[in-house]
Amino acid sequence: MSSKRTVQFKIYRYDPDKDAAPYMQDISVELEESDKKLLDALVRLKAKDDSLSFRRSCREGVCGSDAMNINGKNGLACLTSMDDIAQPITLRPLPGLPVIRDVIVDMTQFFKQYHSIKPYLINNEPAPERERLQSPEDRDELNGLYECILCACCSTSCPSFWWNPDKFVGPAGLLAAYRFLADTRDQATSERLDNLEDPYRLFRCHSIMNCVDVCPKHLNPTKAIGKIKDMMVRRAV
Amino acid sequence: MKVAKRTFDAVIVGAGGAGLRAALQLSEAGLKTAVLTKVFPTRSHTVAAQGGVAASLGNSTEDNWHWHMYDTVKGSDWLGDQDAIEFMVKKANEVVVELEHFGMPFDRTDNGKIYQRPFGGHSQNYGQTPVSRSCAAADRTGHAMLHALYQRNVRANTQFFVEWMAMDLIRNADGDVLGVTAMEMETGEVSIFHAKATIFATGGSGRIYYSSTNAFINTGDGVGMAARAGIPLEDMEFWQFHPTGVAGAGVLITEGVRGEGGILRNASGERFMERYAPNLKDLASRDVVSRSMVTEINEGRGCGSEKDHVLLDITHLSPETINKRLPGIREISIQFAGVDPIKAPIPVVPTCHYQMGGIPTNYKGQVVVPKDGNSNVPVAGFYAAGECACASVHGANRLGTNSLLDLLVFGKAAGETVVADFQSGQLTLKPLPENAADVSLARIARLESQTNGEEVHEVRLAMQRTMQKHAGVFRFADMLKEGVTKILEVAERAKHTQIKDKSKVWNTARTEALELDNLIEVAKATMVSAEARKESRGAHVRDDAIDCAETPNGRDDKNWLKHTLWFSEGNRLDYKPVNLQPMSADVEPIALAKRTY
Repeated sequence: MSSKRTVQFKIYRYDPDKDAAPYMQDISVELEESDKKLLDALVRLKAKDDSLSFRRSCREGVCGSDAMNINGKNGLACLTSMDDIAQPITLRPLPGLPVIRDVIVDMTQFFKQYHSIKPYLINNEPAPERERLQSPEDRDELNGLYECILCACCSTSCPSFWWNPDKFVGPAGLLAAYRFLADTRDQATSERLDNLEDPYRLFRCHSIMNCVDVCPKHLNPTKAIGKIKDMMVRRAV
Repeated sequence: MKVAKRTFDAVIVGAGGAGLRAALQLSEAGLKTAVLTKVFPTRSHTVAAQGGVAASLGNSTEDNWHWHMYDTVKGSDWLGDQDAIEFMVKKANEVVVELEHFGMPFDRTDNGKIYQRPFGGHSQNYGQTPVSRSCAAADRTGHAMLHALYQRNVRANTQFFVEWMAMDLIRNADGDVLGVTAMEMETGEVSIFHAKATIFATGGSGRIYYSSTNAFINTGDGVGMAARAGIPLEDMEFWQFHPTGVAGAGVLITEGVRGEGGILRNASGERFMERYAPNLKDLASRDVVSRSMVTEINEGRGCGSEKDHVLLDITHLSPETINKRLPGIREISIQFAGVDPIKAPIPVVPTCHYQMGGIPTNYKGQVVVPKDGNSNVPVAGFYAAGECACASVHGANRLGTNSLLDLLVFGKAAGETVVADFQSGQLTLKPLPENAADVSLARIARLESQTNGEEVHEVRLAMQRTMQKHAGVFRFADMLKEGVTKILEVAERAKHTQIKDKSKVWNTARTEALELDNLIEVAKATMVSAEARKESRGAHVRDDAIDCAETPNGRDDKNWLKHTLWFSEGNRLDYKPVNLQPMSADVEPIALAKRTY
């Protein structure tokens, strides 16, 4: 592989301050050898055109800022390798959320759903002097749940969330809901299940599994949702 | 331009660990609080901390705060203030247990307690053997902590202003702090946040260097704002180079890897740390390990075709251990080094990681400045905590896991101080000066109209290259001198940056230009302070400091056992004494000694 290569992009552009409507911009950029990830290429591109707007922070897949739709699939720019990506690289904002500018979306609805599941531990017993005990096995139940970075790749790839973003909690929020249901320290199980017992909030999940397919942290919201549904059934009988 | 004004009891700038911990204190006490953050809170850089948070819980090995205090003072190369250090290590158990109660998913020991692992520089019995003091959630401790703190703030109904970038500190003629100006990124509009108390928790400034583990957002915003507003910056010459950044990519590989048994090897496969730190070996303090690595590389024992890195080897650990305790590291290594650490060692190189210095504070989180012959006079209405602040608990070199502890302890302390000052009626809403937003509006107007200037990324790169070359792991008298001239030239160039994007909406070109103003203050402070300090201490090591009985490891306590204070105005230096006296009679001062591991 030569040290310098030119890469072709097709990028969704929209600046409400000057554009009447969004458009797809064809643009190319010459990469340095150190530009390994899509985010590196976008930073290189921004040096050429400083009006290109995107969120980014940690550049290592843990802050969740740079989620976008990459060649038709949601993902993080910082974890997308430039080696195995088809050109022209087509970048669009995450689907289903209002676009603010370029690939920056308004995530209000996404976070509103996250907040709606009471994403915090509820335990009304007086706090002991030391840590509450939890066995390693009980703690293991939280693996695959607590690692969520709230990037919204999953919820914005979910058709049910597209149709009902105000009513369906969506995969990210439901994964968080199960994270607290699964925590032996949490005491609000029935309150949490009540909160989800609704034709939309939980039951709009039809196990399409787009969420699993796109999660950059390899988490499985569908499985978590299935477990919540099991809990619902078990408490009903 | 019309400037909206909002009024609060308190405004907190930054929503990482320190900001969120402070916010919790204020929200729960019922203060009307605004938390300004340029990224959604869980995107703050605390999220990237990996290995753990220090507390002498003693869950796996015997431990107590006296040992933790000794390690921290020794780690700081005696530049840390012993009152603040005593305060921090004594509070450690409380703030960590609190986090567990907030829901943080710590790993567990077999008997259900918080899991703890060994970490660099932490020892039992005053330096004798490694101790398991780092409370960990796998290798995602910062992520677990930041989310738990955010979640607790959701419960407390904390009011966030998300994607608002603070621009300038507002002070009156007496120097009292009255709030900040801030720009809403979505609209580009500037507002005044007028408050009785202002807490800065804006994190570090690691992006002044070319190669850094830090996030793009770590641009020293609070540090820059404070400096421009006349607050001196303390001990900015002390930068931590983390031993294990992924070679080439800069991404962090936690010291917890060595805590779990990882070994550093040179080109011949030798465990070279045995030569440099016979006692703690790979778990010596970070400054010591980084220098040893660079020495190996400089003497031709580096690895790879360019002989420019060393290897971090965990292939002798079981895949089960790696997958359970270091899953994130395995992923980072595959993603950014192209290596599965179960099968092959990870190429690593010392990488800029942490700013030991910052805005001077006392252990209560009050910002303190010299005034009328007293070195530590609180600035009315101004508080700071976390990496942007300098309490000083890390002195010349921070121990791993003490940063997460710092932000918890001092985030909480700053919050408690504000609440106490508020409740006692000490805090009042002082009238804003005329045109309090003028400085900020002028900065924006300049960017609107600037022509024939350089692009932001060019000037930023020049700064980063200069810092990397002239103020790295090893420092040289002539290079530092030249570095001062060069960084002042770069600072001149930064005054004329030009942006093409003139949009009001989410204009990241403008954000980056404003961030560069902050970075430049930090870069100048670092280079000037480093050039002036004619000794080696902790992370600041220079070629002309001689290792002899009088100055062990080149450390000159007779002349340099003092904190640096750099003032932006006039590019001037001052100094203040180190507090060698602990806070209470519970402990004797840790006496000066030569630092070996």
